[in-house]
Amino acid sequence: MAPVDGAMIHDITGPLAIRNFFEMGGTKVFDPRKVILLFDHQVPADSIAAAENQVFMREFADHQGIHNYDIREGICHQVVMERGLAAPGEIIVGADSHTCMYGAAGTFATGIGSTDMGFVLKFGALYFRVPDTTRLEVSGKFPWRVGPKDLILSLLRDIGADGATYQAVEFTGETFSSMDMNGRMTCCNMAVEMGAKAGMVPPDDITYNYLKGRRDMPRMALESDPDAEFRDERTYDVSDLSPQVALPHNVDLAVDVDEVVGTALDQVFIGSCTNGRFEDLAEVAEVLGTGTFNEATRVIIIPASRDEYLKALRAGLIEKFVTAGALVEAPCCGPCMGGAFGILAPGEVSLSTSNRNFRGRQGSTEASVYLCSPATAAASAMHGEITDPREV
Amino acid sequence: MRTWRFGDNIDTDAIIPGRYLVHYDPKVLASHAFEGTRADFAKGAQEGDMIVAGKNFGCGSSREHAPIALRGAGITVIIAESFARIFYRNAVNVGLLPLVCPEAGLIPDGAVITVDLGKHVIEWEGQRLAIEPVPEFLREIIHSGGLVAYARDKKEVKTCTGSRR
Repeated sequence: MAPVDGAMIHDITGPLAIRNFFEMGGTKVFDPRKVILLFDHQVPADSIAAAENQVFMREFADHQGIHNYDIREGICHQVVMERGLAAPGEIIVGADSHTCMYGAAGTFATGIGSTDMGFVLKFGALYFRVPDTTRLEVSGKFPWRVGPKDLILSLLRDIGADGATYQAVEFTGETFSSMDMNGRMTCCNMAVEMGAKAGMVPPDDITYNYLKGRRDMPRMALESDPDAEFRDERTYDVSDLSPQVALPHNVDLAVDVDEVVGTALDQVFIGSCTNGRFEDLAEVAEVLGTGTFNEATRVIIIPASRDEYLKALRAGLIEKFVTAGALVEAPCCGPCMGGAFGILAPGEVSLSTSNRNFRGRQGSTEASVYLCSPATAAASAMHGEITDPREV
Repeated sequence: MRTWRFGDNIDTDAIIPGRYLVHYDPKVLASHAFEGTRADFAKGAQEGDMIVAGKNFGCGSSREHAPIALRGAGITVIIAESFARIFYRNAVNVGLLPLVCPEAGLIPDGAVITVDLGKHVIEWEGQRLAIEPVPEFLREIIHSGGLVAYARDKKEVKTCTGSRR
């Protein structure tokens, strides 16, 4: 058993975690200041059942003295990062599989289920198996319009959807040490797609600069020991990497974009905890230039959080997107989970900057979802078909 | 008491689609299990049935609705070549027994299997395959009927941490 420094619950997994907490005989949570509670998957409530779940969680937050971010702030993982709720050396658990994103802050963060979370709410601790480590060392400078999402999709292809099961993945090398926090979040976010328990970038100046003003803490050395043993060590070079697109219906099926160029698209979704930050939206705007989105394709853009939304708003990006024909929604998970809106009909094809393309993930099990970077999504949305962003 | 055979990388969206995550009743969730991917499962599964699968069973979302839906459908044991991490924990926590069997691919759909946890083997029609031992701590949780029952009478838990520099 290990104590945790933070526990995150949202509107999908939270109600069940709270029920489990009570069934375990819980009365007061271990520390209300360490519980992060918000709604992001079905906001604003899209059904009576969703509304009832949110009422249940609001009342729980009130009774327990837990701060409730409610529907205001955006996607859970982005909110945790931008509020400085995850920091180097901490252990944070979240009732959501993409909790591993906080590894970008040097946090050991992992996704758990609702019963595990009920246990955490009661005891402030959880049983863990200590993971082995896989070290991925990446060198080289990204070519034009190729970036972190293309990298993580190509790493997934190489390692496979279960290639790092139960392991901690360490992302290192000059490509990561020069990568901004946005890119690190994108990569750590998808560590779970290779089966990993955690994905981490060793904290450095970039990490501490990001934390400045969000979380004051002394700097700590946090990196693998020189004589550390790894389960697997691999090296990569991004200098010649092409834009990547993951084919339906698995995350590890990435190909170079030129293999799928011309695939007609019914919908393009730009957003999610993986790629819904200001830098992602700025990249979309840069590719878009003075162009417009293709009228045959529905383009849905959702900033990951209120902060990211405001940054995009002030930079004029939102006006640009709406003028170009996109639907810009308020911060939430959106079509990524196929539960709330933006749902696909049988036979429809979607291109998405999110993290999963499982059969049925965004609606019908007979729909197809491709995954890509913000740049590829922007270029493709302009042409109504999968397009190489280097040729726009 | 039969087995239901599935392939590799069965994800939690396939086990229970996102649109049903507002529900918690195991029977309601069970009625939508594998909806759109394996139509005969929800109607045909009975108490005591088992699932046999390839590698990475339960990958994807942390939704505990997935093992709850399977338990609600009557499944008690899942035998797979490997499991995704979160699903494995969730299964144990709701009282489902996940068994890692590297040769699970040899088990046919519909086989009637007996499990011997003491000898680390499963058997059907005279055939026998080795399974990986289930750690004692996890067996304790499963024998309690899941993590809720295990935790109910405990007031605190003992923790240990390594050194944090």
